[in-house]
Amino acid sequence: MKIVIMGCGRVGAQLSALLDANGHNVTILDTDAYSFRRLPPSFNGKALIGNGINEDALKRAGISEADAFVALTQGDNRNVMAAQIAKHIFNVPKVVCRIYDPLRQELYTTLGLETFSPTAIFAQILKKDLES
Amino acid sequence: MYIIVVGAGRLGYYLIKALLDQGHEVLAIEKRANICDNITSEMGSCCIRGDGCETATLAEVGTNRADMLIAVTGDDEDNLVACQVAKHKFHVPRTIARIRNPRHEKLFKKLGVDVTVSTTNIILEHIEKELPTHLLTHLLNIEDKGLEIVEIKIPPNAITIGKAIKELSLPPESILSLIIRKAHKPIIPKASTIIRAEDQIVAVTTPDSEDALRTILRGR
Repeated sequence: MKIVIMGCGRVGAQLSALLDANGHNVTILDTDAYSFRRLPPSFNGKALIGNGINEDALKRAGISEADAFVALTQGDNRNVMAAQIAKHIFNVPKVVCRIYDPLRQELYTTLGLETFSPTAIFAQILKKDLES
Repeated sequence: MYIIVVGAGRLGYYLIKALLDQGHEVLAIEKRANICDNITSEMGSCCIRGDGCETATLAEVGTNRADMLIAVTGDDEDNLVACQVAKHKFHVPRTIARIRNPRHEKLFKKLGVDVTVSTTNIILEHIEKELPTHLLTHLLNIEDKGLEIVEIKIPPNAITIGKAIKELSLPPESILSLIIRKAHKPIIPKASTIIRAEDQIVAVTTPDSEDALRTILRGR
């Protein structure tokens, strides 16, 4: 699979490394080259400097041929916007978006985006752990 | 009208002022506490501190009864989300977003934002007008019809000068609608109207025919 990942933070870097190790064609985008230090030396994919809400940057990352796009920056709104560009402009078959704010996540789920809220997921895990 | 303004930076500040002067009920949402305080002390309690992209904040300010939401923060993504939340969660009839990147216009429209205002484009158009080398200026876009209204100045060396309009092979979707001449009343061009140097021609065209129209009128 060809996968474009936006945001090379801890989750983005780790996800890229895992997918790359499994033989997928991974391109990771970040606005700051320094963040690519998180990628392991064994990483075979492409690391590009660019902003995922910019169509040109997405094109350079090969979004037009991508099978999947994942938005993992620190900004909920940036993730939402990039995911919608990938889905509605470039018609990427699988688009996943991280949204910290659970209320915003709920809204964009109803609007047809596939979203995850780490806030809601982690709170649930902790609740389960504490109540068990 | 009840109007919510998201972002009270420099643009937001003057917008709030103007809307209040026009007698509207205005509420601004601003993240930065100091800006919020300044507006409140100057214009009364019309600014609350918060994130205008958050459902909770928008619920608190009664967005469901708002007639309009205008998002004028400095970031396109924030303006998009504020408008989308207002539209889809609170059913605000009219949402307006400021955009920095002119290429985001189509995307925003597609995603349900009613109106986009590209500050970059507005400034560019004004600058274009002042540049003597630019013979074609954009006056207005009629987006849903794919048309635009442009102004073309006929330079003194154009070879179209002295020709009648019917002699020009204009692109099919283009119509010359008005000619403004120095020391004359504006005239509606007819097939027999002769083009003169320094004419300002207002025309309707499409983005695709724009270049052809410019070339034909300049006569090169």
